[in-house]
Amino acid sequence: MTSFINWIQQVASLTWFNIRTLPERLGSAAASVVGIAGVVLVLVGVLSIANGFRQAMVSSGSPDTVIVLRAGSDSELTSGLGREETRFIADAPGLARDADGPLASAELFVIINLPKRSTGTDANIPLRGVGKTAFSVRGNVKLVAGRTFEPGRNEVIVGAAATSQFAGLDLNAKLKIGQNEWTVVGIFTADGQLAESEIWADAPVLQAAYKRGDTYQSVNARLTSESSFQEFKDALSLNPQLNVKVTRQSDFFAEQSEAVTAFITNIGVMIAGLMALGAFFGALNTMYSAVASRTREIATLRALGFGRVPIILSVLLESLCLALLGGVVGGSLAWLAFDGQQSSTINWQNFSQVAFSFAVTPELLSRAITWSAFIGLVGGFLPAVRAARTQIATALREV
Amino acid sequence: MKFLALVLGNLRRKKLRTALTVLSILVAFLLYGLLCVVREALTAGVSMAGADRLVTRHRVSIIQLLPQSYTARMERIPGVAAVAHQTWFGGIYQDPKNFFPNMPVDPARFMDMFPEFRLTDEEKKAWLSTRTGAVVGRTTADRFGWKLGDTVPLQSPIWGTPKGDTIWNFQIVGIYEGAKKNTDASQLFFRYDYFDEARQYGRGEVGWYTIRIEDPDKAAEVAAAIDAEFSNSPAETKTEPEGAFAQGFAQQVGNIGAIMLGIQSAVFFTILLVAGNTMAQAIRERTNEIGVLKAIGFRNGTILGLVLAESCTIAALGGLAGLGLCWVMTLGGSPAPAVLPVFYFPPANLLIGVLMVVGLGLVAGAFPAWQATRLRVADALRRSV
Repeated sequence: MTSFINWIQQVASLTWFNIRTLPERLGSAAASVVGIAGVVLVLVGVLSIANGFRQAMVSSGSPDTVIVLRAGSDSELTSGLGREETRFIADAPGLARDADGPLASAELFVIINLPKRSTGTDANIPLRGVGKTAFSVRGNVKLVAGRTFEPGRNEVIVGAAATSQFAGLDLNAKLKIGQNEWTVVGIFTADGQLAESEIWADAPVLQAAYKRGDTYQSVNARLTSESSFQEFKDALSLNPQLNVKVTRQSDFFAEQSEAVTAFITNIGVMIAGLMALGAFFGALNTMYSAVASRTREIATLRALGFGRVPIILSVLLESLCLALLGGVVGGSLAWLAFDGQQSSTINWQNFSQVAFSFAVTPELLSRAITWSAFIGLVGGFLPAVRAARTQIATALREV
Repeated sequence: MKFLALVLGNLRRKKLRTALTVLSILVAFLLYGLLCVVREALTAGVSMAGADRLVTRHRVSIIQLLPQSYTARMERIPGVAAVAHQTWFGGIYQDPKNFFPNMPVDPARFMDMFPEFRLTDEEKKAWLSTRTGAVVGRTTADRFGWKLGDTVPLQSPIWGTPKGDTIWNFQIVGIYEGAKKNTDASQLFFRYDYFDEARQYGRGEVGWYTIRIEDPDKAAEVAAAIDAEFSNSPAETKTEPEGAFAQGFAQQVGNIGAIMLGIQSAVFFTILLVAGNTMAQAIRERTNEIGVLKAIGFRNGTILGLVLAESCTIAALGGLAGLGLCWVMTLGGSPAPAVLPVFYFPPANLLIGVLMVVGLGLVAGAFPAWQATRLRVADALRRSV
């Protein structure tokens, strides 16, 4: 027991000694901290993009809402439903109702081109034709400025994210789309969900402007409860007059975001992985030279009676401390630089822009710090073993 | 040359340190190379655009269609040499994950417009005589193992299906090669006449036009003339050079490209900083040896040369290996042909990489070398470490 306490004391005093003498080796220590901070910065930065995109998409669908498309289509853009079909869908069992009837919203989805504020180049933005049930189906759409559009008039309301990303979408601005002129009468938020990247107009007016007759592209509906999904889906598939695909909104958006998120994540992990390898070599080098330059010092300690294991542990701890410092520095920089950064990218599934903000989550940070600790431990291990194996007599003779 | 043994001997002195430094430089340059490859892949359309080609699309957005009858009207506009059209088909091969672009075109006009898609004369002839014939790029053909004569079934959620069929069947009559490395060889093209007859709606309409002009210097005027021709019609147009059109698409991906570039620089310089520091330290440790060299009569210039030769050797070992490794990795083609059909290491970036290798060697060696040459012999000999 006493030997164990002695052992702990040895580790503590050696580590403290190492850390106290760090300023003497400032150059090399700083290099490894910077290297690891770089890895963490990059890892967190890239993954926060994927994270933010996924959050914007996935949070947009709640499990108790469904989207109905024509069978075989994987996005609203390629779907099409006649007025009759939308009626059948709205009348199916399992849907929630309010005083006006079932909470089902038949919607039209087209894309228009507008210049992005950041680059001035054109990008695609969704223009959605909706009825008044669209608001009750989503439940979280709030007007923050102006009023909602009046049915039958060329008026639009614009999502908050769309306003910030695209030029010409300010309140009361006039918007010329094809031969029609529309007025922006309101700006809305939707808890950061996908709808905030869209422009909404009255469905019948949009149908006329786009010569779509009396057709729609999707029906978004609210279920009475999460579990009534199956009942609703079965009812639709049993109806011979319908040929549709029913998806929970949460699944639909998860599927839509898959390609982009996977792409960003793969590239991010590849970059960060290679970088970690580079930083690992750097850390190994730093620790090796730190140990090499202290060969005599370590031999002296050994001669004084310090054990091999405490020496190994103290070198490992030093390396871990440097790595953690690097991790924290990198993580904080990433958080400062990336968190909440507004951006938009194209969702290839329907060729339209999704506005989102980068999200540096605590989970992401802890993952990054784990990475840095791992690099530090692995980078410190070999030099530590080498330090402990030094022959006392030879080492003391060395210059 | 006579000091080669000395330089190599110094490198061998601490083999492990030399190896680690070389490896971290290797990683940095490998990363540089891969990011160049990805960036090139994301902007491939911009660099392959023809200077004498314009693209005309519906003014409101690319998903709005234009009448096919615009072809004749465009051809009459002065300065226009040729007109071809394409339409987004959105066909799915077995699973949406197997994505590749597929479009109906007018074969004769198309082949004339895009000489960069290389077909043999027999393939051209076969396409002109096969109504359901399609030509596909090498990348996609290899991806799915398609050969000439194969029948490829595609499902189109946008246009419906031909009467009596549940899917669209296309016969592969040609496999085109890209004329250059940055030609997108992932697309499939089939005949518009068959498409127009078999689709269930939108008959007589096309997605967008490509126009070749006689004089590239007059691009802006011709574009304006085309848009003026169709202004105040139900389908107004927007015409721009092919490069600008492709760039608009690339920019839709957003500032993610720019962020990746930022990351590339951050990463690269972090690793180089660490490696450079190690290299400088290796020289610093030998201050008193340099003192000895000076004492026995070496000139400052020679010492500078020796130190630089050493650091440049390390940089070259790591850097050239990294660049070479990246080049070898891209030989196998794209790991994700659906997202990045064009995948190669642009020679210009390779050259820049080599220059950076030299730069790294010089910068990492210069500072300690400069310090060494300024040392007085006596001071240098007195110093240990």
